[in-house]
Amino acid sequence: MTEAALAGLVFLPLLGACLLLLVPRQWRTALVLLVVVPLPVLLLPITAVVWQQQAVQMAVAGHALPLGIVWRVDALSLLLLWLNAFLLVFVGLQALTRFPPATPAGLRFWPLWLLLAAGIHALLLSADLFNLYVTLELVTLAGIGLIATSNRPAALQAAMRYLLLALMASLLYLLGVGLIYAEIGTLDLYEAGNLLEPGLLPATAMVLMITGLLVKAAIFPLHAWLPAAHGNAPGPVSALLSAIVVKVSIYIVWRLWFWTAEGWPMPALELFLGLLGAGAILYGSALALVQKRLKMVIAYSTVAQLGYLMLIFPLASLLAWQAAGFHLVSHGLAKAALFVAAGNILASLGTDRLRRLAGLDQRLPLDVFTLALASVSLMGLPPSGGFIGKWLFLQAAWEQGAWGWMALIALGGLLAAAYLFRILALTCFHPRSHGHSSRLREPPSRASLAGLLLALAAIGLGFASAPILTMLASAWPGVIAP
Amino acid sequence: MSSAVLFVIVAALLFGIGVYGLIIAGHLLRKLFAINIMGNAIFILMVAASGPLDGKPDALPQALVLTGIVIAVSATAFALALMVRLYQLTGQASLHNNEGGDD
Amino acid sequence: MIPLLLFWLPLVTVLVSAVAGLAIFVAGERRQRLRTWLNLAAAVLKLMLIALIGLLVMAGHTPEFRISLLPELDLVLRADALSMLFATLSALLWLVTTIYAIAYLEHAPNRARFFGFFSLCVASTMGIAMAGNLVTFFIFYELLTLTTWPLVVHTGTAAAIASGRTYLRYTLTGSAVFLIGLVWLYGLAGGQDFIAGGTISELGLDQDWSLRIIFLLLVIGMGVKAALFPLHAWLPKAMVAPAPVSALLHAVAVVKAGAFGLVRVIEDVYGPALVSELGLGLPLAIAAAFTIIYGSALALFQTDIKKRLAFSTVSQVSYIILGVAIGGPVATIGGLVHLVHQGLMKITLFFCAGIFANFLGVKKISQLDGIGRRLPWTSACFTIGALGMIGLPPVAGFISKWYLGAGAVAAGQPWVIIVLVTSTLLNAAYFLPLLKRIWLHDPPRQWPAEVQVSRLETAAMVGSSITTALFSLAVGLLAGFPLSPLNWVTGIVTEYFP
Repeated sequence: MTEAALAGLVFLPLLGACLLLLVPRQWRTALVLLVVVPLPVLLLPITAVVWQQQAVQMAVAGHALPLGIVWRVDALSLLLLWLNAFLLVFVGLQALTRFPPATPAGLRFWPLWLLLAAGIHALLLSADLFNLYVTLELVTLAGIGLIATSNRPAALQAAMRYLLLALMASLLYLLGVGLIYAEIGTLDLYEAGNLLEPGLLPATAMVLMITGLLVKAAIFPLHAWLPAAHGNAPGPVSALLSAIVVKVSIYIVWRLWFWTAEGWPMPALELFLGLLGAGAILYGSALALVQKRLKMVIAYSTVAQLGYLMLIFPLASLLAWQAAGFHLVSHGLAKAALFVAAGNILASLGTDRLRRLAGLDQRLPLDVFTLALASVSLMGLPPSGGFIGKWLFLQAAWEQGAWGWMALIALGGLLAAAYLFRILALTCFHPRSHGHSSRLREPPSRASLAGLLLALAAIGLGFASAPILTMLASAWPGVIAP
Repeated sequence: MSSAVLFVIVAALLFGIGVYGLIIAGHLLRKLFAINIMGNAIFILMVAASGPLDGKPDALPQALVLTGIVIAVSATAFALALMVRLYQLTGQASLHNNEGGDD
Repeated sequence: MIPLLLFWLPLVTVLVSAVAGLAIFVAGERRQRLRTWLNLAAAVLKLMLIALIGLLVMAGHTPEFRISLLPELDLVLRADALSMLFATLSALLWLVTTIYAIAYLEHAPNRARFFGFFSLCVASTMGIAMAGNLVTFFIFYELLTLTTWPLVVHTGTAAAIASGRTYLRYTLTGSAVFLIGLVWLYGLAGGQDFIAGGTISELGLDQDWSLRIIFLLLVIGMGVKAALFPLHAWLPKAMVAPAPVSALLHAVAVVKAGAFGLVRVIEDVYGPALVSELGLGLPLAIAAAFTIIYGSALALFQTDIKKRLAFSTVSQVSYIILGVAIGGPVATIGGLVHLVHQGLMKITLFFCAGIFANFLGVKKISQLDGIGRRLPWTSACFTIGALGMIGLPPVAGFISKWYLGAGAVAAGQPWVIIVLVTSTLLNAAYFLPLLKRIWLHDPPRQWPAEVQVSRLETAAMVGSSITTALFSLAVGLLAGFPLSPLNWVTGIVTEYFP
């Protein structure tokens, strides 16, 4: 049952992607629904098993290592799988209105979308280093393909830049994998953790892999590709890219750091990674403050928010782990909501230039409300998922007497408030400037509803933290043996 | 000089050429070449690590390299398609700094 | 039945106005009649719920709602005597302010948005009143910031947006500081519920410096909203908002939330004993005393009526802080009772200022000449409020000042008398010239901008002012009656100083 569900997670979207190209036009919508809707259902049996046994493992098609592929799900991957399923369904709701599957644009879009879903699932299931490389490529290529569906020069430029950097980053990662295999002769993520001893070669390999992944995760100062790519992609694509695609690279970094390189003495590197996070928070927020387009503000906000995920390295405790995991989920939901709403606004107005957004609350109240709700969570104001994440981070920093990090986290919240309130003041309280044409296409209510539901989920997370924190605690590498 | 060292030196040289090309080249086609050269450097290194040329080599790295080559080919094809589209839209096959993009 | 009621009642009381607020948003701009009914029904319902809770509390029950936010961290809404004091005050004043605001904004745009946030703001205030621990308090404190900001920038003019920015800068920075103090305190002592006499008294003196710094952080966090010098600058700027908002900010919600939070921290988290052991009372009292003098002195130089009232608020709210900071039962009574008294008197003054501006376009003090003949009822209310602020018996303000002075002497801090006397003189100096202009000067031939106001609107606005003015007279005159604020506060304070 569980094994079938695991296989379904990867092969159902893959199959759907292929079939979409073959079936008649009028069946496409049904096919998309048939693939996306069961995905959360597939997670139920897996969740039940992980809840009891902490982890599920299977060898695909019965082939064991080294040539076979092994899948392994623990609570951390499960959490991301749930986030992804949630995003696929709700962002998909907007995508359905934006790219109706029966149209040619839909035919370009949906196979890539399903391919991206399959790639993310496969990545989260993978338990060996090389498979992670393959799935990471799959995710990146599908993501870039989706950016390019926008077909505008700016988007294509951004996609191209993203592609070149991502290819280079993958090669760095692959080089690291090769070095590790040469050293210990295995690629299993968890076995490598037992066999690998700190030394020059493993350390080099680790640095190479992490550098490559940080490029893909757009961690400051390797973030330069992200704002343009996420800011120019079509609405639903931006949402998925910012909410989950960059996160899965960080997920691999966490895996490498806390499982494969577990127990290596690297205090200087820990601090360095933390400082990168600090740089991301400060620099990303500062640039978000001066952007002239809504989607660019949100994209730079992603650069900033990703920085929090790096604070786990210097803090390195159960609380920090829970904080980072929780932040990952709550940011995912809030950011997806922001991008969905921004996408609706862009589609209705034909522009997302900030000075054109004055008085928008009268014209698109639902989307502006979504912006506001998601902003509350992103700023870490209570009661919201963002607040719980911020609280846990502060508590983790306090526990270690890390006053500097506490100050940084508080400052990060203030900066987020600065750039988000700027948008809210503009959309709601500036009187509408005259002279601009009032052409406005109401976004379909389904698309607005999708954003609203995501934003409500981001807020509601503040009241449902217990199960997520329990799951994260059970996945804490300090507790379970690899 | 043992063959392994030779492989490592060649790989390092190729990787260096690739990085240089990626940074210096303006035309996207050249950048793509550069990335492929970097990839080949890594593949050479992995093959070299798979064992002595005369003895019985380890099959796994070779399988990995094969997979890597397949991925490199498809990624390159994708990049070429993207480049062609970009050229059709803008008349240029190079990157500019306009991250904010148009409206 | 009763346990269920006791569990849900606090939450329902908080949510009534939140639901009303959301309903108002959904109803939209055009359905004015529905909006008015929603506003009034919610305000009346809330008052009835508060009365019900009050009866339950008097019968010895403790209504308490509790859900877990994080392991060992609960969101607690609980009704005790102190929360009932604040809750009753804000629910009562909300009803009056709503009536006033409906009339005041009769022809203004964006009323749905205004009343929606107005209701949400009251829901946050109610949450602050009923918060059963410091974390819950913080959550609603932040919500209050979020829901009042749209009211401050409501008019959308450049000045309003700039003052909104200032407001956010102050309050959000303050709450970031608050949050750090809160996490620190939580790390030391856990997330305990408020208890009269303090939750952390066992922590004692081994952590004395940590506790002092935490206290400072919390005081900064609350002090921003309570407009404690030097964190007060946002308040006079926020005067660009419509008059009902100013009334709400000054008398019911924002500054009161800050002062109320300080009371909670001193009485229910640290406890008066620990505060005096750590030597924290005196510095806070000095800061409050300075703010009292400073606010009054600056009020003297304002030519704008609302600006003068704003600086008067800066000064008056610090009476509350001064009272609880001095310590000792009598001064604490003085401080707490001023929470109610200042609210009643200040809201009266703002209502009147709003009427002056709305009916006749009178905004400057120099324009007040002879307005007593034109608007006698309003001017009479204004006079009652002003005299109360000065501390003239039998208006409510006198009682606060009396208890503060007596308490200071009892606590061995006679210097406070000098502060009180100076402040009273200053109060007189900035209010009496206004009264002189209102009653003794001749009216001008033409008012700056006279508008025709319908009879119903006039009745609503002037009626609201008269109601609050009468209340501020009544709580002074009837201070000896069992349900008067003074007796209520005395009951609360006996718990703190058994």
